[in-house]
Amino acid sequence: MSTAPRTTALDAVHRALGATMTDFAGWDMPLRYGSERDEHQAVRTRAGLFDLSHMGEITVTGPQAAALLDFSLVGNISSVAVGRARYTMICQEDGGILDDLIVYRLEERRYMVVANASNAQTVLDALSARAAGFDAEVRDDRDAYALIAVQGPASPGILASLTDADLDGLKYYAGLPGTVAGVPALIARTGYTGEDGFELFSAPEHAETLWTALTEAGAEAGLIPCGLSCRDTLRLEAGMPLYGHELTTALTPFDAGLGRVVKFEKEGDFVGRAALEAAAERASAKPPRKLVGLVAEGRRVPRAGMSVVAGGEVVGEVTSGAPSPTLGKPIAMAYLDAAHAEPGTAGVGVDIRGTHEPYEVVALPFYKRQK
Amino acid sequence: MSNPQQLRFSKEHEWLSPAEDGVSTVGITEFAANALGDVVYAQLPEVGDTVTAGETCGELESTKSVSDLYSPVSGEVVEANQDVVDDPSLVNTAPFEGGWLFKVRVSEEPKDLLSADEYTEFSGA
Repeated sequence: MSTAPRTTALDAVHRALGATMTDFAGWDMPLRYGSERDEHQAVRTRAGLFDLSHMGEITVTGPQAAALLDFSLVGNISSVAVGRARYTMICQEDGGILDDLIVYRLEERRYMVVANASNAQTVLDALSARAAGFDAEVRDDRDAYALIAVQGPASPGILASLTDADLDGLKYYAGLPGTVAGVPALIARTGYTGEDGFELFSAPEHAETLWTALTEAGAEAGLIPCGLSCRDTLRLEAGMPLYGHELTTALTPFDAGLGRVVKFEKEGDFVGRAALEAAAERASAKPPRKLVGLVAEGRRVPRAGMSVVAGGEVVGEVTSGAPSPTLGKPIAMAYLDAAHAEPGTAGVGVDIRGTHEPYEVVALPFYKRQK
Repeated sequence: MSNPQQLRFSKEHEWLSPAEDGVSTVGITEFAANALGDVVYAQLPEVGDTVTAGETCGELESTKSVSDLYSPVSGEVVEANQDVVDDPSLVNTAPFEGGWLFKVRVSEEPKDLLSADEYTEFSGA
């Protein structure tokens, strides 16, 4: 296997824009085009344009497509209406999280599962293995789609100028096939920024047409291209977990405070059910570490893997940290022992290269948009 | 980007101005500032600190990472740029001017500092 990073259909566009590129999960992706804080603020206040073509699309079709996904994932996927989407997870038999996913029901018997780039192969392999005995087909569609996101309060107006699709009728976590700038695209009202916005799945050969049309349509509203660096600070402020940071195979959804995605009430067995029932019980009887927010009193930035300390003891670990452009202070997500996890708990700090830096424990998210 | 001809440069991407009354100004290069991304926190050496060429004397924190700051020369710090402490983005917007980091009374200067042209070639920028 080649170790050269893969490039998206928009690679030449990024280079022409002077993007700083980075290797992300084996893909050569834009990290930022200019100032990542300007890009962050554009998404919060106007609009930003992202190439997310590294995300992994998997199509599941057939008479038992819904049954296969009910068995393979922790959510109640058969209950998702056509044209809607669901945030869910795929777990191991022991309850450990393999990935978090968005599943779109495109037709009665056709779903699109969108996995993180770093886990796409794992998810594909797991779904393929779990499909044994089901009348359903699991297809690797990673090369079939480019994915462009337009995110931010100005994004509905920008997109509306390029499509006849009924965007007002398109709710959060819904997706419909349509035409944007003259090319076919699946228009989804989803995102990972904490803002209103859309994700457009198209054939790779149409990606540049879409990108150019959105850039021009958004120019007046202040839309700018945005890289993965600001995507990370946007999702962190919005309290959204990132696989490999807040979510790992060592944690169940209950450990991550996301037990609500596990639907025990659905019919039939599903992979991980027994282990997850035990995890749910453990979580309610004796809370494990809890995922919380930390806000710095100083200016030094906590990073993933740093210890959270209180009274000279290690009481937790930072999973993600960054300077928050919106709050103007460093913030972090961290797993803390339950005794120190209540918002306002005094005396909590992060060990930043040997210095105890004081931090305030807060509830997530750090930022919630005004609707 | 162009590296000012009157400056000299370290391989750790710091620049050094010509000494005036024995005092030189230190900053990081535009190449380094671009590589860091938006600088959000600058811990600079304090007035009176002794710095040693090639050794760390502070840190610069950006959105994605933290980087050690190395002194390109040995000497005593006579001024730290409070403007950069207050607004670290100066390092990105004016790395060779308002984003300077500290001034040092030079006691010893390494022989291997680069000229602007040599540094341009070294950094590939």
